[in-house]
Amino acid sequence: MVSCLAMFSVVTTGFAGSHAMKPAVIYDMGGKFDKSFNEGVWNGVKKFTEETGIEVMEFEVTNETQREQAMRRMVERGATIVLGVGFAQADAIAAVAADNPDVQFSIIDVSWLDSPNLRQYAFKEHEGSYLVGVAAAKASQTNKVGFVGGMDIPLISRFACGYVGGVKSVSANAEIYQNMTGSTPSAWNDPAKGAELTRSQIDRGADVVYHAAGGTGVGVIQAAADAGKLAIGVDSNQNGLAPGSVLTSMLKRVDVAAYNTFMDASKGQFTSGVQVLGLAEGGVDWALDENNENLITDDIKKAVASAREAILSGDVAVHDYLADNNCPY
Amino acid sequence: MTDFWFQFLLALDSTLRVATPLIFCAMAGIFSERSGIIDISLEGKMLMAAFVAAATAYATGSPWIGAIAAIIVSILASLIHGFACIIHRGNQVISGLAINILASGLTVIIGIALFRQGGQTPTLPRTSRFNSLELPFVDFMEQNVPIFGIIYKELLSDHNILVWAALASVGVTFYILFKTTFGLRLRAVGEKPEAIDSAGISVTRMRFQAIIIAGILCGLAGVYLSTATGAGFVKEMTAGKGYIALAAMIFGKWRPVPALFACLLFGFLEAVAARVQGVEIMLIGEISSDLLIALPYLLTVILLAGFIGGVTPPRAIGQPYIKER
Repeated sequence: MVSCLAMFSVVTTGFAGSHAMKPAVIYDMGGKFDKSFNEGVWNGVKKFTEETGIEVMEFEVTNETQREQAMRRMVERGATIVLGVGFAQADAIAAVAADNPDVQFSIIDVSWLDSPNLRQYAFKEHEGSYLVGVAAAKASQTNKVGFVGGMDIPLISRFACGYVGGVKSVSANAEIYQNMTGSTPSAWNDPAKGAELTRSQIDRGADVVYHAAGGTGVGVIQAAADAGKLAIGVDSNQNGLAPGSVLTSMLKRVDVAAYNTFMDASKGQFTSGVQVLGLAEGGVDWALDENNENLITDDIKKAVASAREAILSGDVAVHDYLADNNCPY
Repeated sequence: MTDFWFQFLLALDSTLRVATPLIFCAMAGIFSERSGIIDISLEGKMLMAAFVAAATAYATGSPWIGAIAAIIVSILASLIHGFACIIHRGNQVISGLAINILASGLTVIIGIALFRQGGQTPTLPRTSRFNSLELPFVDFMEQNVPIFGIIYKELLSDHNILVWAALASVGVTFYILFKTTFGLRLRAVGEKPEAIDSAGISVTRMRFQAIIIAGILCGLAGVYLSTATGAGFVKEMTAGKGYIALAAMIFGKWRPVPALFACLLFGFLEAVAARVQGVEIMLIGEISSDLLIALPYLLTVILLAGFIGGVTPPRAIGQPYIKER
């Protein structure tokens, strides 16, 4: 009986504010304070709410089956736009979007779906990786740098290829060691192996190691720190994981994607399709904060700034591995 | 060429580090399985221990307190396994699997509730970890002793205490199993529990003692992963090491010393895989690192198929003991 009443009240408010926007966001596993991907989205959502005063309904997924349920629940509660976080939610959002053509959907880190009411955000990871590659080459004293990827999939080769491009743009004869952690999903959460791979690269002379390996990367950063070398973080700002040992981080600005989604929707400018955020759109960047300010010399800063200029002006086109599954550097 | 040998030495050094959790778990498996209890749950116990060690070390600042807490939790998981399959005669494989699933879910959920970092624990500072120990006279040895000096420095020095504990656990396991009355009874209970029972010794008690020892050893493996070689817990961080250890135990035919060598072999393959990835080798070309990673499993399958001598597991393994009245 109570639930009936509750349902009724939801329906009436739904009618009362039929023009008002009701945004919802489904955080993925890890929750909105995960110091990583989800927290980035949360920062964008918070900024939107502060600027517009519109409250955003939130749900934190704690197991895989909840994703689709949560999205359907949000639609039932009258959400006008639902934002999904991460490629793990792709199947769920595709199904729910197909069933609810009047509701707008948006998802971050997905680019392969096709639905008239769905916006997808992808990032030009290769451009961000190019920037940190420039920083790595400048910071390296041995002219040898490393890369540790997570699972061996084309997306991660995209990071690697952009990085190699950045390193070679500074030092054409630099040696770059590349390791992928594995070919199964457990490659994303094997910090012990990440640490071993990093040590093997350091043994061969690398003194800066960039990772794109999720939880495995925790081991990469820690192994570099233990050996007194430098690591480069990924996705979110990981400079604080080992202050003084993380040269910088390649940022994917998921907050920008979240903010843009809701802002566009609130202005009635929602569009479907794929939006690719690169350097020009503020979608990728490198991290500078108090944890790494002593590591970043003026020389590095200048080199990265000019690399950024070159990419923005079109003088340098960073190769996208996904375009042809090949890395020309 | 010297560079090649130097890299080879470093690969051996890496082998020791990679093999450490495998050795602990393989010894745990030997204790459990020699007593007649199949232990699929090495992985889960190690994972729980890794989480508890990191969380406790973070909260207290002491890796030792973390280690003790981790061992206690790992023993508790063993006792659940024992409760299900010794007391209630449940299926040992299913009970073990249940513990693995429990561990992978519980660690993440508690981790999110405690630390709000997506199931990870915060990174541990150096003071909350088991750090590498440099052996004495390292530089003296390197400069004055021709070949052994460099081996001493690169291979033997600079490991944390748990690496040495893992190697010691092999000797201890061998001694307990083959040189003590307890070990004799333990082996007998896995071969012919009726005989032990008729000698007036409790089969239940023997098996519980065996799995508690297994719990301690798995606990140490978890402690190694999150507070010695690692600096914090990451969800699912055991990444199948428990299963590789199980394979190593079988490869070693349930005997401590051969199992040690199996662990070292598997560790060596992984260390080499890390070094040959993407490297062209003269005459051979690029060696697939995936193949090297898969080798432990392939070797174990070949062994089990009976190509490398026979494999005889303990005879009463997997069978709950029912006392005849």
